[in-house]
Amino acid sequence: MKEKRDLKIQAIENGTVIDHIKAGQALNVLRILGISSAFRATISFVMNAPGAGGKKDVVKIEGKELSVEELNRIALISPKATINIIRYFEVVQKNNVVLPSYVEGVVRCTNSNCISNSSEPIKSKFSVLQSEEDGVSLHCLYCEHVISEEIAENLL
Amino acid sequence: MKDFSREEIDYVLDTAEKLEPVARGEEMSRLLEGKIVSLLFFEPSTRTRLSFEVATQRLGGQVLNLGSVEASSVMKGENLADTIRVIGKYADLIVLRHPLDGSARMAAEFASVPVINGGDGSVHHPTQTFLDLYTIRRESHLEGLKIAMAGDLKYGRTVHSLCHALSLYGAEMTFVSPPELQMPSEIVRDLRKQKIRIKETDSLEEIIGDIEVLYMTRVQRERFPDPEEYEKVKNRLKVTGEILKAADPELKILHPLPRVNEISPEVDATPHACYFEQAFYGVPIRMALLALAMGVIE
Repeated sequence: MKEKRDLKIQAIENGTVIDHIKAGQALNVLRILGISSAFRATISFVMNAPGAGGKKDVVKIEGKELSVEELNRIALISPKATINIIRYFEVVQKNNVVLPSYVEGVVRCTNSNCISNSSEPIKSKFSVLQSEEDGVSLHCLYCEHVISEEIAENLL
Repeated sequence: MKDFSREEIDYVLDTAEKLEPVARGEEMSRLLEGKIVSLLFFEPSTRTRLSFEVATQRLGGQVLNLGSVEASSVMKGENLADTIRVIGKYADLIVLRHPLDGSARMAAEFASVPVINGGDGSVHHPTQTFLDLYTIRRESHLEGLKIAMAGDLKYGRTVHSLCHALSLYGAEMTFVSPPELQMPSEIVRDLRKQKIRIKETDSLEEIIGDIEVLYMTRVQRERFPDPEEYEKVKNRLKVTGEILKAADPELKILHPLPRVNEISPEVDATPHACYFEQAFYGVPIRMALLALAMGVIE
């Protein structure tokens, strides 16, 4: 049984494995990391894989170790994701993602009247807050609009 | 407005009070002599623009007006960032009014001189909030104030900022509006978190005897798809001499103006009416903000 599951996504020699991604968010993780069709490295991912804590997504990026800053953006949409840095098939570093306190050019402000949605030469800027009551929320540093539920839908 | 602490707000109000004799023309000042203030107004405004002009001139400064947007480089497609960078080279300070939310913050990033937000988008108009606070302090008191805000509390940006600012002074707030125009629930929730006592009602009569300040706002016809509904609401939220019979003799009535018919003209001659003086207080407040932003008063 274990062998069959392993076939779904092979171990990588060098690179980054993002594990315990909230089920269904793998494509958004790629977006938040700015990974598009122009990205050269091999990417593989599994969605809705069974895990100990329920379903999860996993993303593997071969031959590339992403920066902590890039990886921590994942916490905006999947705060429980873990990052594994792989070298020669070994996990050399394992961390939980840490919610950044500030993000720039990652999410579109949902206030259509916000200056950051105009043709001005600026990027969106948000301070990131987390509360037990509301979860993760983004506060636009231009218009003060708050985004709490639609973060994944508004990734740039 | 949320960028300001209570101490900073108090400092601006104290400065305005010192400059009030200059605003009234009773004393001369040359605090802004040799300084040029550029007024970049991308939206129509009478009181805000004129009071900034008067404030600058009363302090001995000069005003550079953008003029009409139609005749400017904006119509040639220039973005706001470039306009700000250029004007920043001509003037010592920029006052900006713009239809997009957050435009003043963006302008401050690009300008080489201070920028004062003269109202951006539908949310922020901080100099109005400062003058509202100043009016309340001069005509009544700020600490532990019992205030009612009435009218369009859903879309009215002045009341949203004012609620936040007054929460710093521990006000008791009553919101009077029809159900369609109630104070947004996020604001009510935030205020309750700060332990502010809040009451919500749709009747002025019910609360008029319990308050020290009544802040009226205009209910706009276009908010109501049904004209009959608008007529009903308009008449229910009207301050009249009759209603004021039950009011505290010290009650002060404020209104950001322009009013339509939410305050009867008969109220103007009563000691309750403060709205015209409130419009004047825009001058000392803007004088204080100009002088502080340019560093001629520390």
